Amino acid sequence: SVNHDLASERQTASFSVEKLTAWLDGGAEHTRIRRAVVEAIECDPVFSRENQYFQSQNERYEAAVRKAVHLQKKMHEMGWTENGPEFKYIYRALSGDVAFLLHRIFMRSISVLGSDKQIAKWIPLASQYQLIGSYAQTELGHGTYLQGLETTAVFDNATQEFILNTPKISAMKWWPGDMGRSATHTVVFAQLYVHGKCYGVHPFIVQIRSLQDHSLCPGIIAGDIGPKMSFEHIDNGYLMLQNVRVPRENMLNKFCEVQPDGTYVRLGSQQINYFTMTTVRISLISDEAVIPLMKACTIAIRYSVVRRQSKLKPGEQEAKILDYQTQQEKLLPQLAAAYAFHFINDYLQELFEKGYREVQRKNFDTLPELHAFSSGFKAMVTQYCTSAVEICLRACGGHGYSLLSGLPSLYTKILASCIYEGENTILLLQAARFLNKCFMAASAGQPVPPSVTYLAAVKHGKCPAKTKVDFLSPDIYTEAYQHMAVRLVSSTAAKLQDLIQSGVKKHDAWNQCTVQLVQAAKAHCHYITVKNFAETVEKLKTEAGIQKIMKHLCDLFALHGIFSNAGVFLHDGYLSGAQMDMVTASYLDLLAVIRKDAVPLVDAFDFTDKNLNSALGSYDGQVYQRLYEWAQKSPTNMQVSPAYERYLKPLLHNTRSKI
Amino acid sequence: EALVFNDPDFQHEDLNFLSRSQRYEQAVRKSALMVMKLREYGIADPEEIYWFKSFVHRGRPEPLDLHLGMFLPTLLTQATPEQQDRFFMPAWNLEIIGTYAQTEMGHGTHLRGLETTATYDPATQEFILNSPTVTSIKWWPGGLGKTSNYAIVLAQLYTQGQCKGLHAFIVPIRQLGTHEPLPGITVGDIGPKFGYDEMDNGYLKMDNFRIPRENMLMKYAQVEPDGTYVKPLSDKLTYGTMVFIRSLIVGDAARSLSRACTIAIRYSAVRHQSELKPGEPEPQILDYQTQQYKLFPLLATAYAFHFVGAYIKDTYSRVSSDINEGNLSELPELHALTAGLKAFTSWTASAGIEECRLPDIYVTFTPSCTYEGENTVMMLQTARFLVKSYNQVSSGQRVTGMVSYLNDLSRQRIQPQHVAARTATVPISDPVSLVEAYKARAARLVEAAAKNLQAELNHRRSKEDAWNRTSVDLVRASEAHCHYVIAKLFTAKLSEISNAAVRAVMTELCLLYALYGISKNTGDFLQAGILTDAQITQVNQRVKELLAIIRPNAVALVDSFDFHDVHLGSVLGRYDGNVYENMFEWAKKSPLNKTEVHESFHKHLKPMQAKL
Repeated sequence: SVNHDLASERQTASFSVEKLTAWLDGGAEHTRIRRAVVEAIECDPVFSRENQYFQSQNERYEAAVRKAVHLQKKMHEMGWTENGPEFKYIYRALSGDVAFLLHRIFMRSISVLGSDKQIAKWIPLASQYQLIGSYAQTELGHGTYLQGLETTAVFDNATQEFILNTPKISAMKWWPGDMGRSATHTVVFAQLYVHGKCYGVHPFIVQIRSLQDHSLCPGIIAGDIGPKMSFEHIDNGYLMLQNVRVPRENMLNKFCEVQPDGTYVRLGSQQINYFTMTTVRISLISDEAVIPLMKACTIAIRYSVVRRQSKLKPGEQEAKILDYQTQQEKLLPQLAAAYAFHFINDYLQELFEKGYREVQRKNFDTLPELHAFSSGFKAMVTQYCTSAVEICLRACGGHGYSLLSGLPSLYTKILASCIYEGENTILLLQAARFLNKCFMAASAGQPVPPSVTYLAAVKHGKCPAKTKVDFLSPDIYTEAYQHMAVRLVSSTAAKLQDLIQSGVKKHDAWNQCTVQLVQAAKAHCHYITVKNFAETVEKLKTEAGIQKIMKHLCDLFALHGIFSNAGVFLHDGYLSGAQMDMVTASYLDLLAVIRKDAVPLVDAFDFTDKNLNSALGSYDGQVYQRLYEWAQKSPTNMQVSPAYERYLKPLLHNTRSKI
Repeated sequence: EALVFNDPDFQHEDLNFLSRSQRYEQAVRKSALMVMKLREYGIADPEEIYWFKSFVHRGRPEPLDLHLGMFLPTLLTQATPEQQDRFFMPAWNLEIIGTYAQTEMGHGTHLRGLETTATYDPATQEFILNSPTVTSIKWWPGGLGKTSNYAIVLAQLYTQGQCKGLHAFIVPIRQLGTHEPLPGITVGDIGPKFGYDEMDNGYLKMDNFRIPRENMLMKYAQVEPDGTYVKPLSDKLTYGTMVFIRSLIVGDAARSLSRACTIAIRYSAVRHQSELKPGEPEPQILDYQTQQYKLFPLLATAYAFHFVGAYIKDTYSRVSSDINEGNLSELPELHALTAGLKAFTSWTASAGIEECRLPDIYVTFTPSCTYEGENTVMMLQTARFLVKSYNQVSSGQRVTGMVSYLNDLSRQRIQPQHVAARTATVPISDPVSLVEAYKARAARLVEAAAKNLQAELNHRRSKEDAWNRTSVDLVRASEAHCHYVIAKLFTAKLSEISNAAVRAVMTELCLLYALYGISKNTGDFLQAGILTDAQITQVNQRVKELLAIIRPNAVALVDSFDFHDVHLGSVLGRYDGNVYENMFEWAKKSPLNKTEVHESFHKHLKPMQAKL
């Protein structure tokens, strides 16, 4: 039965949960497919995650490999294909707890960077799992900055081969997933040398393990990099190459090629080498940041209506902790952010599908904008979601720290997303570079991409709001965000110009402005997110109940941002102190309004209990019972503790004689 | 320190490669050994014990923490002389290993909500202990799961049909000799957590479990043989232990953050990345402004918290000797101060450690945001004291101590000054005037919260509703108060430094701490008219200048924390900076690398390849 405190929350929903779910999924048909996939995966015991919190790194890895292999069978059984509508829901249903994710990136990089001939050779082998791939870019001493990679690939005219080497310890490949134990092949990024000349970083397909007995190939040293904060199920690996030879045809050559005589031919923009990363960045926003945040919100909000603590009024029962304003202020803005980022993800997906089609046609015009978008939003969303998940974890008090709450594993996993596929600060600076360039172009009257035309329209003036209700108008707050973003981008650009004109070298000037540049890039992304949320709500006219609650969430997301970054809005007097008090008042009022729909709003995310894998967040709210029963299954309780016989017993019995 | 590091008994395999059970076993082994060595070396001073412990366990929690940190001290402070005779020596000699069972599954910081009952039965002169519901099961106490054979249990006392509130009872839970749970006791480990792998946090369920009357801790409150209840003198005294622990957490926040800074700053000096100038080698990442901006304010914060920790410790020992002489007048402010500072420092430190991205320190430290009082609740306790002080000032009384700035509020109201006239006098390169700015911010936010609270009350809301509807404001006021206190203590410390070079670098750090805090909270300072737009721009500029000024001393400043490599336990933070070589060596020891070809290849991969 459902805990009555949780049940009562569902009786007062101001909208239909089922309709909201369908809308989030992009239509009822999608919801149906998603549920069918989840159902098929969850009823199969091979995919169970019940024991994962008790398992060692070795056990987690083995389970992930087992699941990945079983998944191939399952897909065949169910008739799911890689291009089918079911595919994107599989990862969600598995909560990412499966091996061979890098195998997919291996395939993707070949599809994007390989010639038709290379695709025809490698893709069938990979999709049949006749080989297992990985993607080896990051080195021990080098991460996001690709040009700094030290691995070398020297072309040998005589044998028509590339000779790959790891010249020193900092050049060792470090971190690639599936490489520590599983992969037989990998795409290695290395500096290409032909006739003594360096042509920059290029991708090469390298076999690292035997296809017969899985032993390492000659010249290859590889292994697992050891325990990490998360991703226990993945065998992140290291790789050292010692005079490893690969045929000339193993360089991925859709965009550049070394001809038999050693002539280097470029067939397109070099930026294309980054395109795999760009698409990976965009695709990880939903799976690795937004979905974990939705789960964390679901767990924390359901738990907060079951947990009671202290009394609001003397003589009454202890209050639900979600009835405390401070608890609402922790959780509800995170809930609003989960929705905001769900919508920004839709927006980015659309943008990228368009861009991808252009690139396939070898039109690279949109690449800089796509690259800046992917960098900026990857950084902003993962950073925001990481803080948000941590807030959810802390908002659950002591029980949040139990692995059985599900929150620590969500947190450690999402934290990693701030670093992999580009460290966030560096990505924000890349976005800032683009914004700065566009701002300069716009100021000079040149055309700029549609997403940044607002930079051209620098408006001075003040916010026109007169009462706290005015701040519930999307025009008012979107305008405020826009003003703030323009101000930060333009003032940083001006400072950069000043420094350069005063004789500071360009690179030093850039480094002296980086703190502000990061701030400007975040402000831009924040503005676009607010604007997109408001436009999404606007388009929702038909679904009255849903539109109303979405409007509240949009207001909350926007006002929370102003409330928490008051300084940047007050700075040039765009908002006055009195207006800031209005923002605060409106913001706090919204908390009480959204509070009423908090549980239905997380129910609409539609996670199954198995998917949440949390003692605190289950649909029925039987928190304490579940926690108690689950803890008893812990191996620490199933086996006799060796520590007692070995150490405690002598301590307890013979102390006098020993001390 | 040398005693521990040179002792082969304390060496072991890298903990990162061990399972939870193995880690627990190692920790118990070392704890048992540690107790024997302490006795062998004749170490009995609590401060020395603390250091010895932290070297043996390298700053990690251990199963005997609660025995040493809570069980023994509680016996000392709350047991009668007769009880001390019975329990203290056996506990000192570890025939009894105890823990402190307060938190329940459904109840945490709000002590009065605990549900465990202890009902007095005059017929047998026993207390009957019960866990009446699932939510009343004791949950989380360290050392309870597997290690302890006794626990001090907090329970609602019922005698003569009346509830007398929470009291502490000494409860045996496992059979001496066999270590089996006693009849009526269900006890075990609560399973894996975020960190604390070596600690057996446990659960405890009691069903009609009887203990003799003499097992209630009766130094203050008593139950007589016929069941008559004798009240304690002051009910505040029982909070003493918690105030003590909270003050320790402040020190711990400083140490954890220092460790994190040491690792991150040393690594940033070794790691090279990208180009600052085309054609030049990749620079140290510590030369990037963004990296300095991440790390140096944390470094300044670590120093600030060190001084705060020392201050609290001193204040605590002064106030507690007053308490022993029956003087409780300073207890309210101490209680308010430790609550707020515990919350402020643990929040800041845990965010800072996360910024440095160090998993091990993070998971060990972050729970301190929750245990010994959830941080938001702590902040609200401080706020209650601030509002009370504000109301005293409003009614014409004067207040003393750290809140004395509230006395000035009434004067400012009579003579409203123009913003421009006031702000022109805040020189941003002088720590003392920055403390004044923080003071003004705290005063303004306390006043705003108190007024909003009053406005809610004027809407004829109940006191409780009004408090709840103002609590976001109240937390902000508390944070501003704590921030002011920390800036003040840091600044006050500067004049005590006699070495000119040390004073100079500390002054830079102090300025960075204060200015960075302003730049992160510009809204507060702008809105209250304490600083102008132009000054905020200057503040931001000055912060960046300070980053460059501190840069040459950064490594020396973390070296000064004097952490031993073994204590840091980090490949990245080594004193010698040989990061990459050691990472490779370390990874080769990973259990996944024990065999060249992992067994799952034969089990899963190969069959699949054969089939497809």
